[in-house]
Amino acid sequence: MRIDGKGRIDRTRPVTFTFDGKAYPAYRGDTLASALIANDVRLVGRSFKYHRPRGILTAGSEEPNALVEIVGPANVTPNTRATVQEVFEGLVARSQNRWPSLGLDLMAVNDLAAPFFSAGFYYKTFMWPRRFWEGLYEPMIRRAAGLGRLSGRHDEGVYEKAWAHCDLLVIGSGPAGLMAALAAGRAGADVILADEGAEPGGRLLSDGDAPAWLGEVLAELESLPNVRVMTRTTVTGAYDDGTFGALERVGLHRRPRPNLPRECFWRIVARRSILAAGALERPIAFQNNDRPGIMMAGALSAYLNRYGVVPGKAITLFANNDGARQTARGLMAAGLTVSAIIDSREDAPDEPGTTVHKGAVVIDAKGRHGLTEITVRKGAGEFRIATDCLGLSGGWNPSVHLTCHLNGRPRWSDDLAAFVPSEGAVPGMVAAGAANGSFSTHGCLAAGLAAAAQSLAALGMTVPEVALPAAEDAPYRLSPLWAVPGRKRAWLDFANDVTVKDVALSAQEGYRSVEHMKRYTTQGMAPDQGKNSNVAALAVLADATGRGIAETGTTTFRPPYTPVSIAAMGAGGRAEGFAPQRFLTSDQASRDRGAPMIEAGLWYRPGYFPKPGETTWRQACDREVVMVRSSVGVTDVSTLGKIDIQGKDAGRFLDLVYTNTFSTLPVGRARYGLMLREDGHVLDDGTTARLAEDHWLMTTTTAAAGLVMRHLDFVQQAFCAGWDVRFISVTEAWAQFAVAGPVARDLIASALGHTPGLPFMGCMDVTIQGVAGRLFRISFSGEEGYEIAVPTRFGEALFRDLTARAETMGGGLYGMEALNVLRIEKGFITHAEIHGRTTAFDIGMDKMISPKKDCIGKAAAARPGMTGPEREQLVGLKPLTDSALTAGAHLFAQGADLTRENSSGYVTSVGYSPTLGSFLALGFLRNGRARQGETIRLVDRLRGVDVLCLVTDPVFHDPTGEKLRA
Amino acid sequence: MPDLIAKPALGTMPLNLGQIVLTEAPMLETHSIQPYPGQEKAVSKALKEIGLAFPKPNTWLEKAGLRIVWTGREQAFLLGGVPPAGMPAAVTDQSDGWVTLTLEGPGARDVLARLVPLDLRHVKKGDAARSGLGHMPLILITEAPDSFRLMTFRSMARTAWHEIHDAMTKVEARRAAS
Repeated sequence: MRIDGKGRIDRTRPVTFTFDGKAYPAYRGDTLASALIANDVRLVGRSFKYHRPRGILTAGSEEPNALVEIVGPANVTPNTRATVQEVFEGLVARSQNRWPSLGLDLMAVNDLAAPFFSAGFYYKTFMWPRRFWEGLYEPMIRRAAGLGRLSGRHDEGVYEKAWAHCDLLVIGSGPAGLMAALAAGRAGADVILADEGAEPGGRLLSDGDAPAWLGEVLAELESLPNVRVMTRTTVTGAYDDGTFGALERVGLHRRPRPNLPRECFWRIVARRSILAAGALERPIAFQNNDRPGIMMAGALSAYLNRYGVVPGKAITLFANNDGARQTARGLMAAGLTVSAIIDSREDAPDEPGTTVHKGAVVIDAKGRHGLTEITVRKGAGEFRIATDCLGLSGGWNPSVHLTCHLNGRPRWSDDLAAFVPSEGAVPGMVAAGAANGSFSTHGCLAAGLAAAAQSLAALGMTVPEVALPAAEDAPYRLSPLWAVPGRKRAWLDFANDVTVKDVALSAQEGYRSVEHMKRYTTQGMAPDQGKNSNVAALAVLADATGRGIAETGTTTFRPPYTPVSIAAMGAGGRAEGFAPQRFLTSDQASRDRGAPMIEAGLWYRPGYFPKPGETTWRQACDREVVMVRSSVGVTDVSTLGKIDIQGKDAGRFLDLVYTNTFSTLPVGRARYGLMLREDGHVLDDGTTARLAEDHWLMTTTTAAAGLVMRHLDFVQQAFCAGWDVRFISVTEAWAQFAVAGPVARDLIASALGHTPGLPFMGCMDVTIQGVAGRLFRISFSGEEGYEIAVPTRFGEALFRDLTARAETMGGGLYGMEALNVLRIEKGFITHAEIHGRTTAFDIGMDKMISPKKDCIGKAAAARPGMTGPEREQLVGLKPLTDSALTAGAHLFAQGADLTRENSSGYVTSVGYSPTLGSFLALGFLRNGRARQGETIRLVDRLRGVDVLCLVTDPVFHDPTGEKLRA
Repeated sequence: MPDLIAKPALGTMPLNLGQIVLTEAPMLETHSIQPYPGQEKAVSKALKEIGLAFPKPNTWLEKAGLRIVWTGREQAFLLGGVPPAGMPAAVTDQSDGWVTLTLEGPGARDVLARLVPLDLRHVKKGDAARSGLGHMPLILITEAPDSFRLMTFRSMARTAWHEIHDAMTKVEARRAAS
């Protein structure tokens, strides 16, 4: 029901929204919860386990009951708290976890079967037969239990991630946060004031009519250029070094606009922080305390004062403290009837205008779809009161959550009957106001100012003059009351349907530690993370186990404080946004020829170049292999890592990082090198050329370019910082193309205008069509091969030029597929073979570890077990019959059972060799080098391959290397 | 024989959104300078010849169209010309390795706040930083508090452009909605 003259909603801006298909009026400034209350909608959801009808419990982000689906044009967002979602014109909301409808939920049969559904029920009941769990029990339970549903589609909404930096982060903009921000702002500090609400003010907006000074303070904060007020922004986590996570609702409160993010996930880095997050009111457990119409007393105030709505006509309150009196007075002042206050304290004060039942408790509530009546017990007597709304107040819990995110433990305060933050739990953070257990408005204002003074002193700034506004300073008086004894179920955790009995049962069955109780009952594990139930649950546990609450302790609060959508944390990372795309200079030319692209180390490389009439990639690949072996092929190899190394000690440095010797290499020559990790396994391989006496160019594999650079940096900084050696990546500076085949030399001669007299493994500076470049004679195909490099800007032009020349010579382009077949035919390794678990011995290169010098990994490579017949060694495999082979297949001795233990190796690379007319494979076989000539069984059960293969030398083609050196 | 044609990384027209402009800067001759251990002073002395010195960490210096930018531990890039010969330093040509984008206008820092983790509250002309642009490497050169040059790997130019454009779009959408 809407109350005239109350609330901060904009009555000049009416809007219409729908809930479960029905249209309702509301105003801009309403939350979905306040708008539903205005329209007298009491039933808003069904509970997790028992499908109990539920109404709105709170007015904040801690809401456990009123979770709905928001249906947008491109998104369906489940588990949205109606208390947080603001209404806008056209908002579509749906209740969830009910079938067929919210009013008639057939799953509510679970509620009748409640005796069977107590805590631990699943663990005990669905034990046998064991195979039924996955197929029957789990799907059944999952269907019955639960919250919202996912749409099953990609979330293509716009999300954002951003960074912010400040001197002081103030979390919460209630009285404490406002004073802190004002003082720090006046002092000149860079302040971020973050608040989850749509407007700053916190409890000042909820407790009564907002004080006049609030507007002045907000106007001043607005005018200060060094203060940034971030509304609709929840600080969700405290992390190392003053870093905080925060979620901002950027567009969720309005009709979707193009490009406007729905949410932004902020990483805020602050030198100091003040936690002024306030406190959360806690319910009292009694029989059927989950009826729609029962809500927190403070929430009643918030709905009245912020939104001008009340959820009932005959309101009652049930409290163990004085705080609820403010709610009663506010309601009465607005002309509403407060039928009675049930106060558990014998010495509770009277309240003008209503009846106070002292020393009384509510023991039951009636009204399945909406509260109609409560039963009160006073002394030995019981009586009933007709009411459609009951406000609960069991006291307040300071929001200590963020102070626990770095493993701090809160401290139990007997005075407040609540946990309060431990000082210094988060470095640089001061808790102030209600978050620190100071509950009066005056106390909050003063604490906020004091926290600012403390923070400014730490920042080396002086505290400015700030006058505290006058405010109430009522003492906080309460007498703890957690649960009213009763025969039937009394709810603690509304969100996960955990009752007082469940917690007691947990203790009874031996789960007496608070952490065990949490797991056994699932209390505190719902989206509200136990904000409404933690302290009461552990008070019940303490009672059941005969310990004090301080001794019982609390479970750990972890980030996030409130739910954070994965879409916001992963903003921009969907599909191609996952990683940068690296494009070759030849990219467009390759795509123009229809080449499909393969991603390799972020690079996009052409797989093959289809020709008219070719219907499969194999036809193109086979043709390209034959082309390279018979005439000439061109391919872009710019992706290989290129590291420029200079200095008098560069040769010495290379001797240290490579297993073989480089310092003796003559200028103008290149050498193949093998690099080990410190643990003796192979890190990478490639060629390094000596361009001048003190100038070298190292080539790495595409995938390991960054890894090798990091390794070199480590070696230099850790072991030889004083050496005269410097290196830097030049990968991106050069476009490099491989030209390979029997007529490669003719092609190079045609492009250069002269025949280069370059021996195998030679390198030289060249000028190609007016551009200074470099020419290397190296080969990854086994044919006579060159690699020609020019500055990247000329890459595309040279690629097109070389392609045209190759085609006039009967050759052309070849892609990654053919490149792979060519290297398998030659037994050349890639990271398929040097995958991180193989040693130089395994790949047959142990002789490359020079005995004359030390190198990284040499000592470790000599450890027992790193060499010998028990190692799986690189071999070639050739099928005995005309059959396809698959990488990932395992190798078994003939006649051996196909069990895991009998696997004596595996296949790393396969390809069809048109040169040899057969599939070929490289793989690792236990004691493989001694087993050449043996027949072995190759089995791939995933793809149904079972082939007998001949074990061979890994080099299938031109084993003497005559072609290379031609 | 015809000469090979040079191509820029993107060849894109400037992008204006609100008051923010993203531009692909023309390629500049770029050389890395890495003094050998203990040679920083000697390198500074040699650079005096062109009116420059080896820059302090997180800074750049400029003289007569030549700019020297700190780009990492014991490393600087000379932009716009050739370093003096014979310095006790390793020198490489980096001209083709990088794409340079300029981002200018009120709100440029808001755009960068979406991609760069650095604290840019108090940046000023003469600041330089090595950082990340999303998942890409970045050399950030501040020319004025709202005017930046961003250098990243040339092969990643399209992603860099796309991500900055995307951030600009969101900043502009927020401005329009407020």
